[in-house]
Amino acid sequence: MEKVYDVIVLGAGPGGLAAGLYAGRSRLNTLIVEKGQDGGQIAITDEIENYPGQRVDIEESGPSLIARMTAQCEKFGCERLSATVKAVELEGDIKKIVTTKDEEYCAKTIILATGAHPRKIGCENEAKFTGKGISFCATCDANFFEDFEVYVVGGGDSAVEEAMYLTKYARKVTLIHRRDTLRAAKSIQEKAFKNEKLSFMWDTVVEKVDEGDIPNMLGKMWVRNVKTDEVTVIEADEDDGIFGLFGFIGMIPETGLFEGVIDMENGYVVTDENMATNVKGVWAVGDMRKKSLRQVVTAAADGAIAAMQAEKYLSEME
Amino acid sequence: MLEVDKKTFEPEVLQAEGKVLVDYYGDGCVPCAALMPHVHGFAEVYGDKIKFCAMNTSKARRVAIGQGIAGLPTVAIYENGEKIDELVKEDATPEAVEEMIKRHYA
Repeated sequence: MEKVYDVIVLGAGPGGLAAGLYAGRSRLNTLIVEKGQDGGQIAITDEIENYPGQRVDIEESGPSLIARMTAQCEKFGCERLSATVKAVELEGDIKKIVTTKDEEYCAKTIILATGAHPRKIGCENEAKFTGKGISFCATCDANFFEDFEVYVVGGGDSAVEEAMYLTKYARKVTLIHRRDTLRAAKSIQEKAFKNEKLSFMWDTVVEKVDEGDIPNMLGKMWVRNVKTDEVTVIEADEDDGIFGLFGFIGMIPETGLFEGVIDMENGYVVTDENMATNVKGVWAVGDMRKKSLRQVVTAAADGAIAAMQAEKYLSEME
Repeated sequence: MLEVDKKTFEPEVLQAEGKVLVDYYGDGCVPCAALMPHVHGFAEVYGDKIKFCAMNTSKARRVAIGQGIAGLPTVAIYENGEKIDELVKEDATPEAVEEMIKRHYA
């Protein structure tokens, strides 16, 4: 008979890793599945300053924080699998996941921690120019725009922080926001308004992008003022030939695999205060869950609660 | 895997005969670091018919932009100096990269 884990955790962001840590410490036979890199969104976040207990003597980055979470998880014996899950069977006493390589793994409980992916900017030609000037990962692509011009779309914490990160590389960064005030935390705004390389384009949305002088590379965009409806065309500097357009306008939960089985609202999984979903033996944690605050600290807390609930469920099952 | 830079890219990739895969990565690119071990694995399996290269674009961004690369990770396949296929960012999953390699493995 094939191996049956006590817990399979889908996703190795802060929520999944915290679940793995608590499950591992409880001596549950735990498998953590991740398709990309550990940390999820936080792995591509340059600066983090609000996780309790993080290092303040160094400039803590998302990857440095998550590396310690991973190490802590592995210390308590969690098994790891690098794979993409294409199907799940969540109902019944034994749950099953199937990877894109058609490998199957079984467990008595499942903790869903699949997180969320960035919301698209929503302009014409966006897909064609993603990776060709449009990006949702500043730490991945900032280098390409060293001494070039960069535009950032958004007005929340991530948009403003990543815009400031990009000023370390770009000649000039312009934050395009559809409202006339930022939603970002006041402390972040204060830093942003002091940054000389950062300017703001208020009440504005990006309508369309296109190539400029370099074929198939982002070199032109049309932005519209939502109050006046005036459209402005922005073109890459002649010498540069390309500019950067980074989107940080929120996230979309990664829950498509569970549709029809797990109860959701607007794509977010609905749980009770113990992270339990409507399906027995299945919990959901972190950004994929319907909740009021999506942060590393709340994801980690969710993970701890779910793992302890899974342990309780398993001991009652025996 | 052969590490190429802005000087060796031209002879090793563009002037090479046959098929060449280039794994474009960069400093601080965490998704690139996560993908790379998979590409190293593919080099072991498919390296007999495809030449596997990697280039740090942080030190060669002009060359990269000249190749139409401005987002990481990007994995591209060249044939006789011409880019014939590529996978960019979220599309560059280990599974998709292997599929792309298989399409050109002949």
